[in-house]
Amino acid sequence: MAIFEGARLDEAHAIMARYPDGRQRSAVMPLLYLAQSVEGFVTRAALQEVAELIGVRTAEVEAVASFYTMLRLRPTGTHLIAVCTNLVCALRGAKDVYEAAHEATGIPHGGEISDDGELTVHEEECLGVCELAPVVQVNVANHDLVTPERLREIVELLRAGEVPEPARGPAVESFKAASRMLSGLEPLEPLETEGVSA
Amino acid sequence: MTSESRRVLTAHWDDPSVIALAGYEHAGGYRALRTSLDKTADELIQLVKDSGLRGRGGAGFPTGMKWSFVPRDTGKPTYVTVNFDESEPGTCNNRELVEREPHALIEGTAVAAKAIDCHLAYIYVRGEYLWQARVLQRALDEAYAAGYLGQGVMGSDYDLDIVLHRGAGAYICGEETALLSSLEGYRGQPRLRPPFPAVEGLYESPTVINNVETLMNVPHIVNNGPDWFKEVGTEKAPGTKMFTISGKVERPGNYELPMGTPLRVLLEEHGGGVLGGKALKAWTPGGSSTPFLTADHLDVGLDFESVMEAGSLLGTGAIMVLDETDCMVEAARRLVEFYARESCGKCTPCREGTWWATRVLGRIEAGYGRDEDLPVMADMGKNILFRAFCALADGAVSPIQSTLKHFMGEYEAHIQQGRCPVTGRGPSHDAEPAQEAVTFAPTGPFEIQGVPS
Repeated sequence: MAIFEGARLDEAHAIMARYPDGRQRSAVMPLLYLAQSVEGFVTRAALQEVAELIGVRTAEVEAVASFYTMLRLRPTGTHLIAVCTNLVCALRGAKDVYEAAHEATGIPHGGEISDDGELTVHEEECLGVCELAPVVQVNVANHDLVTPERLREIVELLRAGEVPEPARGPAVESFKAASRMLSGLEPLEPLETEGVSA
Repeated sequence: MTSESRRVLTAHWDDPSVIALAGYEHAGGYRALRTSLDKTADELIQLVKDSGLRGRGGAGFPTGMKWSFVPRDTGKPTYVTVNFDESEPGTCNNRELVEREPHALIEGTAVAAKAIDCHLAYIYVRGEYLWQARVLQRALDEAYAAGYLGQGVMGSDYDLDIVLHRGAGAYICGEETALLSSLEGYRGQPRLRPPFPAVEGLYESPTVINNVETLMNVPHIVNNGPDWFKEVGTEKAPGTKMFTISGKVERPGNYELPMGTPLRVLLEEHGGGVLGGKALKAWTPGGSSTPFLTADHLDVGLDFESVMEAGSLLGTGAIMVLDETDCMVEAARRLVEFYARESCGKCTPCREGTWWATRVLGRIEAGYGRDEDLPVMADMGKNILFRAFCALADGAVSPIQSTLKHFMGEYEAHIQQGRCPVTGRGPSHDAEPAQEAVTFAPTGPFEIQGVPS
């Protein structure tokens, strides 16, 4: 195995141990997240290795991976910008924020990743922060009350190698780092601003 | 304390210390778990039954009754699964409840687990709630370290583990059987009922699935008794409810009010009225899947029965407010588009119907609507409603049928004028070079195969 070996294989086993004996298939999503945290998206090799770990066919794992939008089967930018355009955000101006995301990143509609491979823009459904619409997530960290100007600023910061401070919780350095947290494991780098208060 | 001012789930929202264990304990936390450890499963179930607590996730099913359906003598383990997959557009109270007081969810989950003799509970949290899941995990770590979880809970002979499981961006996983499929490592597709999860749920074992807000009410019922709980709210729906009000409103936010509080009170006294003093046009009582109501319904009480009587559903208590400047065709199209994207693909009426409906609505919105589109929409609604496996498809019909019911004139004007009568948007505006950039709606005079032209 290329992805799950050494310390990472131990992590995979720790993830599988969250579920009762014989129910290790339940670990498919966190294992795919862990693979995504290594490779930046879910690769063919990841599907095969996860299948081997939990003892099912690769097609079964692919069926799962292709169902969920946060498991990405195509190359994804270092940073993922997700813009909610659902009704509440739309009422508060999300359409312009979404357009600004495409313009600022230079990603055409229908495209997903910037030419330099740094940024991905994804049109999101409701992100569950409706009282502070329009909302955006950068590497799955929340940004509230986002204007087109703020979105352009966020893109500039990311291009300059800086991850903007989110509205709540710590900044997440990359989509890979977010994927690792989504697998339920501790971040590889400690999160700088993670205090106890909200 | 007057019934209007009772705050139960939000009582400590002004106190940031309750996010950590010490603060939560100081505010009286984990007393209910202590009490519950000395009670039998039947006593706990009876207590919650007596309180009249009903599920806050949308369906409003009596919680105690749900627990009582779980057989505890099958030889299989029993499971509690917490539905923290809050994904209904407009809904975000579970998020804030957990951000501010994560231990309250852990305590509620632990009491529910004790009531059904469960030793392993899962909290299914939507992936997008990355930070909230971390808040919860840190709270779980604290609870384990302090002996509230793990082997011998609080020195008793009762063992309980609570494990977080993160979703990955699928609205359908909020449907309880789809959630179970997802948690078992499958695509999040709903399952046939019966068997109901109470009998055959997670890992073919008896399972209780409860919403976050529902479970957070439980410790307070244990501490204060069922009669106290019933002091506020309505007879059939006691207690307080978390309402999210958002959209065109001055002070959007999560507000805890007694069940049955009229929309007028929530909107005007708490939400500060419609944004910019504009006129209220439409609102959903409980998220995207609940039919729109109008300004004529300002005095409808926000409880299951009253909202149903008014022609909608309380759902998650998520009020999305639209004002006089908003286009209802656009609103309906955006919501139906959501269902088209989130349909799991299992049933044809949902998978195909939501896609077609999005196209037809998009055509009307863009100014290319045809006279026959309105009967087509009505017909599609009828052919989707109650014809799919789960309620996702029904949710898609809500914005269609309710806008046709309350705003037929606006649809007709779109078709007759070839543009939106409210915003003035129409083909002449969209025929600019920027047209390509608009992916929100089909923007040309297109044919839809299979739909009469």
